[in-house]
Amino acid sequence: MSTATADIHEVPAESRVHYLNARYGIKSWLLTLDHKRIGLLYLGTITFMFLIGGIAATLMRLNLIEPQGALVEPETYNKLFSTHGIVMVFFFLVPSIPATLGNFLIPLMIGARDVAFPKLNLMSWYIFVTGCCCMLYAVMTGGVDTGWTFYTPYSSTYAHTSVLLAALGIFIAGFSSILTGLNFIVTIHKMRAPGMTWFRLPLFIWSMYATSMIFVLGTPVIAVTLLLLGLERILHVGIFDPALGGDPLLFQHLFWFYSHPAVYIMILPGMGVVSELIPAFSRKRIFGYSFVAFSSLAIAVISFVVWGHHMFVTGQSVYAGLVFSVLSFLVAIPSAIKVFNWTATLYKGSISYQAPMLYALGFIGLFTMGGLTGLFLASLATDVHLNGTYFIVAHFHYIMVGGAVMAYLGGIHYWWPKITGRLYPDLWARFSALVIFVGFNLTFFPQFVLGYLGMPRRYAMYPAEFQSLNVLSSAGASVLAVGYVIPLVYLIWSLKYGPPAGPNPWKAKGLEWTIQSPPPTENFEETPIVTEEAYNYPTVGGVSV
Amino acid sequence: MSEHPGHSAHTLHEHIVPVSTYVAVFIALMFGTALTTWVAYHNLGRWNSVVALIIAVAKMLLVVLFFMHVKYNKGLSRIVIVGGFFWLGIMITLSLSDELTRRWEINPAPFNMILPYISHLHLLF
Repeated sequence: MSTATADIHEVPAESRVHYLNARYGIKSWLLTLDHKRIGLLYLGTITFMFLIGGIAATLMRLNLIEPQGALVEPETYNKLFSTHGIVMVFFFLVPSIPATLGNFLIPLMIGARDVAFPKLNLMSWYIFVTGCCCMLYAVMTGGVDTGWTFYTPYSSTYAHTSVLLAALGIFIAGFSSILTGLNFIVTIHKMRAPGMTWFRLPLFIWSMYATSMIFVLGTPVIAVTLLLLGLERILHVGIFDPALGGDPLLFQHLFWFYSHPAVYIMILPGMGVVSELIPAFSRKRIFGYSFVAFSSLAIAVISFVVWGHHMFVTGQSVYAGLVFSVLSFLVAIPSAIKVFNWTATLYKGSISYQAPMLYALGFIGLFTMGGLTGLFLASLATDVHLNGTYFIVAHFHYIMVGGAVMAYLGGIHYWWPKITGRLYPDLWARFSALVIFVGFNLTFFPQFVLGYLGMPRRYAMYPAEFQSLNVLSSAGASVLAVGYVIPLVYLIWSLKYGPPAGPNPWKAKGLEWTIQSPPPTENFEETPIVTEEAYNYPTVGGVSV
Repeated sequence: MSEHPGHSAHTLHEHIVPVSTYVAVFIALMFGTALTTWVAYHNLGRWNSVVALIIAVAKMLLVVLFFMHVKYNKGLSRIVIVGGFFWLGIMITLSLSDELTRRWEINPAPFNMILPYISHLHLLF
């Protein structure tokens, strides 16, 4: 991509200064302003939160092995699914790709030496950690049982659990999102290298830009909503509780105004990662670059006008239901544009099935299933039957886990050699991708059937006729858990024992691959000058080589 | 890390606002707060919310224009501000599309009229 540093030669990581060995000691990490180190601080934090959310999920699936509940009391079960939802959504998925890979890669991909506001970037991490601590304290002091949606008036009036602490944790963590989004928007606007025009930007940057828009425009609304919830709970100001003169649907409108776009905060960065992986492992320029780029912005914008499909059966007017149903169908268009363009990119590509590519291909299949089942739920009539059932649980897990987590892992595997300068064992990585794919489908496909048959979500018990599918789902969760542990082991192993990666182990295009691995602290010795389009892979007669 | 020698062209040109302007805006905001409190003790009937909102919007505009420097910024900054208000408009409008239509009844009459014809459509194929 850059003419200045295209033919870089490998220099052993031990014999040069890079961002990992420039300074040592805990203080050098806690006070760092380097976007790469801050990305790694986020990586550690969200991995820990993923572990907490994962433990809650494991206990839930163990409980559901028996119809009467094998493990915990119903009250405890309520706290488990609430903890799982809150932690996974607000403390893992929302910051997952943006705060880790986004922080690490945005300056590298656009040819900058850091983000626009490095101190603000570090402050974002501290704010996020404070939010995490609040949430963990809420879990330790009795937990919260409202579900991740905090629906009123239960959460504002009747719940006797640590609702306020959990809400405070989300409120605080939200500011981290806003500041990160702001930082990314300014960075992308102001700090691109000479020649890095908007239409030469990697598609990951476009998706991060769209995500940042949602961060900035949507997150303040959830903050205000949770503040109002607190006001009603503490001071009994009538906002959402009908007994106090409030409107419970107002809470749902405000909550989903953020929380539906939040789904796209989770999936848009994943789409950005996949848009990098598919060309890299097909050795081909992405098909329809500008369509994929603009579809990210279209998804971000449309995501803000579809929230009412969460409220078809909660008392929303039929007229509003019709409007939101039609609008919800619109979001399928830019999503489909992406899927078609990724698959068109594969055509006549020189495809290699290394671990990141397996995750990308898994993403396309699982996201498509998750997206298409979303159309069932956007239809007014079918939603009446499926709302509140396991069909919804399966649907959004296909998007959030099958989509977002697969892309996150694909991205981690793709850029791990750049981040650490080490290679991981590819065979194990491919094996784990396969295990995760199988485990995921085994866990969540039965839940589509369970939901269609009418099993409601959020119950600790269920009729005996649903047991075999529930056991299947729990068995799948065990496989999935093993699939997540394997990468944790070999990635940590690779830090010490992995062979040196070299600057560009995948022979990929992009500015980040033109510098040493791990990158030097200042990223680029000289400001790169970009003279080529993104994904300019060589082709002969229209076929990639 | 915060220095970017390659990007000196992006140096910001900050507009210097005199302290007297800030003081004047601050006094106006305090006056608005006092006015809001005073109005709260007087029952204006259906105008209660309207008056409170007018004062709040006036105060908000002062903050946005002067404290946030929007009055002195052009281009992208203004687009961002307008975008923020547009999004607020989306939130309020679509929320009201529910609130204001909850008592609307769906009239099935037109559908009843065409239903017999639709149910026989399959005979055409």
